[in-house]
Amino acid sequence: MPKDQGLVSWKELAPGMFILEPGNSVKFKTGDWRTYRPVLDKEKCIKCGMCYAICPDLCYKKDEGGYYIVNLYYCKGCGLCAKHCPKGAITMVLEED
Amino acid sequence: MGKVIAKEVSIAIAEAVAQCKVDVISAYPITPQTHIVEHLAELVNNGELDAEYIPVESEHAAMSACIGASATGVRTFTSTSSQGLLLMYENLFIASAFRLPVVMVIANRSISAPISIWNDHSDVMTMRDSGWIQTFAENGQEAVDLVYHAYRVAEKALFPVALNIDGFTLSHVIEPIELLDQELVDKYVPPLRMKYKLDPKKPISMGAIGVPEIYTEAKKAQDKALKASYRIIMNAWKEFEKLTGRRYQPIESYKMEDAEVTLIIMGSLAGTAMDAVDLLRKKGKKVGLIRIRLWRPFPLKDFLRAIGKVRAIGVVDRAVSHGSTGGPVGIEVRSALYQSNKRPKVVNFVAGLSGRDVTVEDFVELFEKTYEAISKKPRFSYEIYGVKE
Ligand code: SF4
Ligand code: SF4
Repeated sequence: MPKDQGLVSWKELAPGMFILEPGNSVKFKTGDWRTYRPVLDKEKCIKCGMCYAICPDLCYKKDEGGYYIVNLYYCKGCGLCAKHCPKGAITMVLEED
Repeated sequence: MGKVIAKEVSIAIAEAVAQCKVDVISAYPITPQTHIVEHLAELVNNGELDAEYIPVESEHAAMSACIGASATGVRTFTSTSSQGLLLMYENLFIASAFRLPVVMVIANRSISAPISIWNDHSDVMTMRDSGWIQTFAENGQEAVDLVYHAYRVAEKALFPVALNIDGFTLSHVIEPIELLDQELVDKYVPPLRMKYKLDPKKPISMGAIGVPEIYTEAKKAQDKALKASYRIIMNAWKEFEKLTGRRYQPIESYKMEDAEVTLIIMGSLAGTAMDAVDLLRKKGKKVGLIRIRLWRPFPLKDFLRAIGKVRAIGVVDRAVSHGSTGGPVGIEVRSALYQSNKRPKVVNFVAGLSGRDVTVEDFVELFEKTYEAISKKPRFSYEIYGVKE
């Protein structure tokens, strides 16, 4: 049904479709159009942080062990992290596999 | 009441804008609008108006600056014509979708090519669907009164307002004009307080993406709000009448009570058309005139009421809608009538392009052509009138 496609009633929108709650873009799932997913090989990783710096969606977060772990809620699968990893520690793997 | 003084209409408009205590003016000079912003620049320069005057490099920037300033919650003004309006084009839609109360005066001028500095309505008709409130003035006093009205309405309805005055034939003429006393202006146009604005203490986001799941809802909300602005527009005119005694309505009717044929027009040609009505009335012809003052939102009910029981309507457009079934006003009128039980005959003329004179005799001829439509099926859906064959 087309009417089910709407996210929110037009009556609930602020004038100008302004967003009155700042910073709510963290809720926006950018990870749902991904085709390839980055997969990390910890064996090869030197914890340099290049993937963290290069990711346009700020998907990477350091864990206790110092590794950078991807948040797939946001990862759109652009492959930049894999391309720029100096050690080839990231492989892009087709989703649904 | 203020004093009635003979003034160039452009100068009077600038003074009315200054009386509204505008905060930011951003404009680029273009004929025939130039006198308006020139005079505002003078007022700022002389310290008579405490406003920021931003002399931008183009009209695109002028509208951008107005949008930016307005988004911070201050009162803005710009003015343009013809190519200048076209250069603003993409930003016009942003101003209205952002619900920003920018006020703009358009001294209407033809658009190129062929290049022309003279008057018709081809410039403003390109922004017909832009979501701006759009009004048309006939004379200098009305132009000034509609400036006050524009600020009052824009800031209550949260929509930008474009006030149209015919280039040269209205912008450059000297007329007796009464500017309101400052006290009255202050009352009618109180300080602007915008609920939503760019404020570091209370951050909001403007211009977020409209994904397919939200764009339709955003447009529905905007369209509803523009239609709802009608009440605000009406109330603002009622309030104005209380303060000044001058009465304005969305549709102006002249000798329509028993009219069987009417012409419909917008802008300053109405004066000449009224002379033609008087002339034909003396000969016993039951003719009248309708002038559309409020073009957007289109005042459908007022329009249907105004046409009364006419048998034929001649719509006089001042712009060509190339390849269409009529001029912009003609299309609007036919569409409005199609939904009602009233079905007078409608003929549509395009006249007065690029400042070409439309005389009393021309209007008499247009009335005669419209009369013919009662008994004969018109051979054309619109006619470009007065062309040398
Ligand atoms: S860029 Fe490669 S090596 Fe560097 S932290 Fe990321 S995965 Fe490890
Ligand atoms: S694939 Fe692109 S979006 Fe996903 S983590 Fe790597 S750089 Fe970020």
